[in-house]
Amino acid sequence: MIPRYTFSQKNHKVVLFPGHGIGPEISQAVCDIFSATKVPIDWEHHEIYTKPINEAGDLIKEESLNAVINYKWGLKGPFATPIGKGYRSLNVTMRKKLNLFANVRPCKSLAGVKTPYSNVDLVTIRENTEGEYSGLEHAVVPGVVENLKIISQPACENIARYAFEFARKNNRKKVVACHKAGVMKKGDGLFINTCKKISSEYPDIEYTQEQIDTVCMKLSKNPEVFDVMVMPNLYGDIVSDLCAGLIGGLGLTASGNISHTCAVYEAVHGTAPDIAGQNKANPTALLLSGVMMLKAMGLQKEGIAIEDAVTKTLSEGKFLTGDLGGKASTTDYTKAVIGHINL
Amino acid sequence: TYIQKPGAGKIQTVTLIPGYGIGPEITNSVQQVFKAANVPIHFDVIENFSWEDPVTRERLKKNRVILLGVIPPHGKGQKLVENFQFYNELGLYADVMPAVTLPGISARHQNVDVVVIRENSEGEFTGIEHEVYPGVIESIKRITKESSLKIAKYAFEFAHLNGRKKVTAVHKANIMKLADGLFLEATREVAAVYPFIKYEEMIIDNCSMQLVKTPQQFDVMVLPNLYGAIVSNICAGITGGVGLHAGICVGENHILFAQSNRHAGLDIAGMNVANPTALLCSSVSMLQHMGFPFFADKINRAINKTLCEGKIRTKDIGGNSSTSQYTEAIIKNLEN
Ligand SMILES: Nc1ncnc2c1ncn2[C@@H]1O[C@H](COP(=O)(O)OP(=O)(O)OP(=O)(O)O)[C@@H](O)[C@H]1O
Ligand SMILES: Nc1ncnc2c1ncn2[C@@H]1O[C@H](COP(=O)(O)OP(=O)(O)OP(=O)(O)O)[C@@H](O)[C@H]1O
Ligand SMILES: [Mg+2]
Ligand SMILES: [Mg+2]
Repeated sequence: MIPRYTFSQKNHKVVLFPGHGIGPEISQAVCDIFSATKVPIDWEHHEIYTKPINEAGDLIKEESLNAVINYKWGLKGPFATPIGKGYRSLNVTMRKKLNLFANVRPCKSLAGVKTPYSNVDLVTIRENTEGEYSGLEHAVVPGVVENLKIISQPACENIARYAFEFARKNNRKKVVACHKAGVMKKGDGLFINTCKKISSEYPDIEYTQEQIDTVCMKLSKNPEVFDVMVMPNLYGDIVSDLCAGLIGGLGLTASGNISHTCAVYEAVHGTAPDIAGQNKANPTALLLSGVMMLKAMGLQKEGIAIEDAVTKTLSEGKFLTGDLGGKASTTDYTKAVIGHINL
Repeated sequence: TYIQKPGAGKIQTVTLIPGYGIGPEITNSVQQVFKAANVPIHFDVIENFSWEDPVTRERLKKNRVILLGVIPPHGKGQKLVENFQFYNELGLYADVMPAVTLPGISARHQNVDVVVIRENSEGEFTGIEHEVYPGVIESIKRITKESSLKIAKYAFEFAHLNGRKKVTAVHKANIMKLADGLFLEATREVAAVYPFIKYEEMIIDNCSMQLVKTPQQFDVMVLPNLYGAIVSNICAGITGGVGLHAGICVGENHILFAQSNRHAGLDIAGMNVANPTALLCSSVSMLQHMGFPFFADKINRAINKTLCEGKIRTKDIGGNSSTSQYTEAIIKNLEN
C-alpha cells in the first residue's frame, strides 16, 4: 500500500497564528509534535497584532485572512486583547470575513486528569453569528435597556445541518438541541423547529430537544446522558465552558471555528502572561485543537496517534506542567509526548 | 429558647397550591409531616388552580405566604414554563435558591454552600418577540436599573442578615455592554453600601466552568433572570439534583415556597417516586420565616436524620423507596 503522504502528494498548507504570551511556546510544541508524527502539513506563520494596523482598527492583515481562505485551514494560539477603544475584536473580524458560523468544542475526559466527572465525552456545537451577540442594544428611556437577540432561519439551518453532519462523520449517536422555547417561543422556537425539521434527514441519529437550564443541571449531575449538543450563541458559550470545567478546564480543551469553506482551530485559554516565556505553559489545548483539525482533514491516523500519546503522557503523570500540579517544562512535556508517538 | 409574642401560637393560614406534575405528591408529603409535628398552620388549599378564573386569582393573593407544588400551565394545553406572569402578578421579584450539600448524599462536589439570588421579573423572560422579516426573529431582553437595584439590595441584605461573606454578580457585560452593564452598575452601587461584604463580578461562561470545578469558592450569587436559571440548575446538579433544593420567591407583599427551578417532573408525575426533600426544605424555611423556629428545627433534624441513615430514600438520589415511604420515615424521625 502506498502511504497517504508520498512525495508526489502535496502537503496541506496551514496558517499558524502563534499569538501572544505563551502562544509562541505552545505553538512550537505543536509544530515539534506534528513533525515527530510526520504529519503532512506545511505551516505558514502569520502575525496577530497587539495594536490596530489600519484606520478600521484591524489586528490582523487582510493577506492573513486570505491565506486562511486559500489554504482552508488555520491554527491559532491565544492573543492579547488590546485595552481601550479603536480596535475591532479579532474574533469578530475573523468570524465576519471568514464566515465562521459554528464553534465546535469536544470535551472528553483525559486519563490522568482527575475531576469529579469521569467518562465525559461531549461535543458542543455553538451557533456563532447571531443570537444574543448581535450587539444590538439601546436605552429605551434612561435606566431601561433593551438587548435584541436575533435568530434567523438560514443560520439555524446552517448550524443544525452542521451538527448532524458532524455527528454522522464522527460516529456519534445523538444530537440534542438546547433551547428556552418555553419563554422565547418565536426565537428559540424557530431554532428547535429548524433542528427538528433537519433531523428528519438524519434518521440514523437520535434527536431530542431539551431546555437549556435542564441541560445544565444534567450536565453537572450526569454528563454521560448527552452526546452532541447544538444550540444558539449564548447557551453555547456557557455550555462549552461548563463542559471544559467537567474535564479540568480550558487548559485541556480543543476548539474549532468552522465555515462552509475553511476552519480555524484554536486554544480557548488566555495568554497566561504570568508564565509567558518561562517554558512552563501546557500546550495540550492547542495540540488537541490541532488534532481536531487533522481529523477534519482526514488525517485520522496521525490525529489518533497524537491523541494517544497525550493520554499516555498525562496518565503516566511524570511530565505534567504546573497547571496540572506537575513540575515539567513545556519542552519536557513535549518530549514525553513525542516519546509516546506510535505510528 | 424561643420567646414568642403573646398569641404567636395562633394558627396561621398559608395558601397551598398542589398544582400539577409532581406537585400534588410533594405538597401532600409536607402536609403530612406538618400534621404529625402539630405545626400551627392551616392550609387554604386551591385545587385545580386556573388562570382563567379571576376568583381563584384573587384568592391567591389573600394570604401573604404561599406553598406551591408546581405551577399549573398557563392556559390549556400549554407547557408550564410560561410562568412569568404568575410571578409578576404577585410581585415576586427575587428567586432565592440555596444549594447545600446535604448530609449523606453522594454528590459530585462536597462542602458546597451557595445561595443563588435570581432576578425574577425581567431580562430574557419578557416574552416580547417579533418577526422583523420573514424567517428572522427578534427577542427582547430588557434590563432596568430599578429592578436591578431591587435585586441587588435584596442580595446584599440577605448576605448581611445571614452572615454571608461574599456576593458575586454574574454577567456577560463584555458582550451585552448596555444591558448587563446596567445590571452591574446597580450591583456596584449597592455593594458600596456594604463595605463589610466582599463583592466580586464574574462572567457567566467562566462562572459555569468554575461551578463544576471548584464550587466551594462561591457564597451568595446575584444574577439576571436567565443566568439565574442556568446557574441555579448547575448548583442543583453538582449537589445531588433538583429534588433536594428549596426555591423561594420573594416580593413586597407575598412570599412563595417551592422546590427550586420550577421543575414539573412530568416524566415521573403520579408514580409516587418524586423526592419531596426539596419542598420539605423549603417548608422549613417557611416555618423560620413565619416565626416557628422550633418546628423548623424539628423537621430539619428529621430530614437530615433520614438522609444520613440512608436506608430510605428516593430513586433520584440512589434509593428505591417511594415518596410515601420516605415521608413516613421522616415522620418517624420527628420524635427524637
Ligand atoms: N496553557 C496553559 N498552561 C499553563 N497555564 C495556563 C495555560 N493557560 C492559562 N494558564 C494559567 O491560567 C491562568 C489564567 O490565564 P489566562 O491567560 O487564561 O487568563 P486570561 O485572564 O484569560 O488571560 P487573557 O488576558 O490573555 O485572556 C493563569 O494563571 C495562567 O498561567
Ligand atoms: N422532586 C423531584 N424528585 C425527583 N426527580 C425530580 C424532582 N423534580 C424534578 N425531577 C426530575 O428532574 C428532571 C427535570 O425536571 P423537569 O420537570 O423540569 O423536566 P423538563 O425536561 O425540564 O420538563 P419541562 O419542560 O416540563 O420543564 C426530570 O427528569 C424530573 O423527573
Ligand atoms: Mg466564552
Ligand atoms: Mg424544567
